[in-house]
Amino acid sequence: MADLSVNFAGIRAPNPFWLASAPPTNSGAQIHRAFEHGWGGAVWKTIGAPVLNISNRYGGLTIGGQRLLAINNVELISDRPLDVNLREIAEIKRLWPDRAVIVSAMVDASPEAWHEIVMMIEDTGADGIELNYGCPQGMSERGMGAAVGQVPEMCELNTHWVTSITKLPVIVKLTPNVTHITEPAHAAIAGGAHALSLINTINSVMSVDLDTLQITPNIGGRGTHGGYAGPAVKPIALNMLTELLTDEGVLRSGVPICGMGGIVTWKDAAEFLLLGAGAVQVCTAAMHYGYRIVEDMIDGLSNWMDDKGFATIADVSGRALPQMSSFGQLDLGYQAVARIDPDKCIQCDLCYVACNDTAHQCIDLVAGNGVRVDPGYDVRVNGRAVADTRPMPVVREPDCVGCALCANVCPVDGCITMVGVPSTQENISWDALTAQRPEIATSWDAMMAYRKEQGIEIH
Amino acid sequence: MTDHALVDDALTPHDSFPFDPRFAPTHPPLSAHEAAVEANRCLYCYDAPCIQACPTHIDIPTFIRKIATDNLRGSARVILESNFLGGTCARVCPVEELCEGACVLNAEEKPIAIGRLQRHAVDHVQGRGLQMFTAGPATGRKVAVVGSGPAGLSVSAELAKLGHAVTLLEKRELGGGLSTYGIIVLREPVDVSLQEVEAVRALGVTVETGRELTDQAGLDALLSEYDAVFLGLGLGAVPAMGIPGEQHLIDGLQYIEDSKISPDSLPDAETVVVIGAGNTAIDAATIARRRGADVTMLYRRTDSEMTAYRHEYEFALSEGIQYRFLTQPVRVISDGGKVTGVECVKMVLGVPDTGGRPSPRPLPGSEFIVPCDAVIKAIGQEKPVLATELGLDVAGGYIVVNHDMQTSLPRVYAGGDCVRLRGTASTVMAVQDGKYAAVAIHQQLSQTQEAPHG
Repeated sequence: MADLSVNFAGIRAPNPFWLASAPPTNSGAQIHRAFEHGWGGAVWKTIGAPVLNISNRYGGLTIGGQRLLAINNVELISDRPLDVNLREIAEIKRLWPDRAVIVSAMVDASPEAWHEIVMMIEDTGADGIELNYGCPQGMSERGMGAAVGQVPEMCELNTHWVTSITKLPVIVKLTPNVTHITEPAHAAIAGGAHALSLINTINSVMSVDLDTLQITPNIGGRGTHGGYAGPAVKPIALNMLTELLTDEGVLRSGVPICGMGGIVTWKDAAEFLLLGAGAVQVCTAAMHYGYRIVEDMIDGLSNWMDDKGFATIADVSGRALPQMSSFGQLDLGYQAVARIDPDKCIQCDLCYVACNDTAHQCIDLVAGNGVRVDPGYDVRVNGRAVADTRPMPVVREPDCVGCALCANVCPVDGCITMVGVPSTQENISWDALTAQRPEIATSWDAMMAYRKEQGIEIH
Repeated sequence: MTDHALVDDALTPHDSFPFDPRFAPTHPPLSAHEAAVEANRCLYCYDAPCIQACPTHIDIPTFIRKIATDNLRGSARVILESNFLGGTCARVCPVEELCEGACVLNAEEKPIAIGRLQRHAVDHVQGRGLQMFTAGPATGRKVAVVGSGPAGLSVSAELAKLGHAVTLLEKRELGGGLSTYGIIVLREPVDVSLQEVEAVRALGVTVETGRELTDQAGLDALLSEYDAVFLGLGLGAVPAMGIPGEQHLIDGLQYIEDSKISPDSLPDAETVVVIGAGNTAIDAATIARRRGADVTMLYRRTDSEMTAYRHEYEFALSEGIQYRFLTQPVRVISDGGKVTGVECVKMVLGVPDTGGRPSPRPLPGSEFIVPCDAVIKAIGQEKPVLATELGLDVAGGYIVVNHDMQTSLPRVYAGGDCVRLRGTASTVMAVQDGKYAAVAIHQQLSQTQEAPHG
């Protein structure tokens, strides 16, 4: 059985599944229950400046009947009195010495304010501090949260105020609401951060109710932007994770990164680990289904690691990262085509319409006698038997550009596969090609001459 | 937008038709949530097989997608555009044999519940009395439609949409034909059918009940007054069996009609025998069974030769209805005017007959008695005798029509069960007949500048 334990910037935990700083970690009683379910760690809901909350606080994204594909929130940091939080943090750490107990903090941007809160956190016996530079709503307007994370100088300065006075590991949580995620990361590292975590929530307006015409969530007849999270944000988080882990400055610093954003299952977590995360944090999925989801996260990840022969989290971490490349370094000569398995095809023809309307018109409908036919039917024929004589979608491979749209719309698992095929084109990247022949990037004549040379035909 | 609140019970039974809870619909309406979940399961196939499988070619993926997007009014419009009797068909169509049977998800999981989704959308507009269509600009042409069953309603609606003045003649007191009188309440309450008659009326069609076409002179009169005549005559009563005690046999169709219109008049019986094994026989048996009787169906062939749909047969079994195959009734036994049983003879199957089914013959000396206190016959319907009377070409008793539903007489069209020589007679086929006829009549009227009756 795989060893799931982690040592993240000196913070030890029996598994990499930590609850993110958010409503699921609002109180000692909640975290106690979460640890009973098996969570490896918890980042306490941000403590610090005094706040007042509003209602409603959440808007959900439902697509095709699937609830909470994303959630947006306008909840602030902890509104519980500071001393209550601190007392409960100490109690939880005493009861659960093997779990990672990390305290998220956010205070006014002053060395005194940070000094005061850091000392109080140290007194609790917590394992680490996470600096919340990400919260995009409510706090940022007061000069905290994202307002710090979005200004590299502020990020560095605030981080320095903390790292210079504490012996605890300091994780800086980054906001995704920036153009280049590497810039605040560099600032945090320059400020002495021991680790980074990302992503915090994304600025969002969830929806407008078509009956009442009110923005959701409706807060007494008004709406505001909130922080967007949940399954729908995972690809954004994965991208930012790889942006950091392919950045020389970040790599040189050696700081580990705790990944979060849309993790619902062990599979999502495994993807973050494969792209280099040292541990992961989860919020929306727990808010949707409760703490119990961690059982399958641990079980599923462990079984998968056993199947793959990974003994430890370190074996997994970053395994897929070397594939990350820039567009200019991709092999232009690699050619794939779609293949439709006729035995699995149910003839829904979704591939046909997708290819025909919005891709490259290279799927034909072929009748049983091998003749290509157009869509449509004989109105004088009816009954269920019509399903038995439907034409089959077939890829015209020489015209297929290998875009993989059909494989993505196909509702049957394993029916359409993208298959690598021999190519007439040389195996060269755009960067290498244009270094050799710069005119190809600027002249269509030169481009067409190169295509002719390589036997590339684009219809 | 969420405008579902009124939907589910919008079509509650009419006060004028007594509601018997034993005849509550087999499939309750889908809740708004159930409909949304089911609609979202639909793959939205391109050039979908369900569209072709439906005899009226409703654009099923489109109407289901509209349910998924909360556009129920748009969904109902898509359905009713192709099938004016979408509410009836949603309830009575043998979907397993048609749209749902062709659903691509049969290969993967279970097909989409197309019939129930269709009902959800159509109930939404019919429960609110919303009319989806308006009559076309008046053409000044007049068409008479005889019979207000599904074929008659369909052709009337389509012609009215094209601007023709339609008069719909119905011999019975209520419009709707078999939908009103011949489909058991479990599947379609009377109100659903009557709403479809009202919808035709709302398009400007003049519906005259109590008007029967009985002879050639009547047809001639219609032809002199109208530019075209459509005959949706349906079929006749259940034929006589020609066995001793015939007078004690209850007509299966009458029995179904009574169960809908005047359930108090149904005979009380503890043990009922139903002769026949078609869909009507199952309907009659279901009523008797739901009224508490032990019901046995007698059929002279075996389950392989039954004309009932497979799913209907399975439904009958699940209702606790019993079957005796290879059994031919030869005499109704009565005592003092009260039925006490049916004398039967065992049958054996011989060589296939002209229809391809093995012809049964009696096994001499195998007579036996099935005790019962009521006997219902449901062995098909009489051919439309009026057809010959009117001078129309008939084949096998059915009116002969071409692809345009035109009969052997000029300006006379026909559709529905009365022309159903080949293929299964069903509501949805009748609706499509009406559409074909409307197109042909419209074409005829557009070509002739002046009414031929002058």
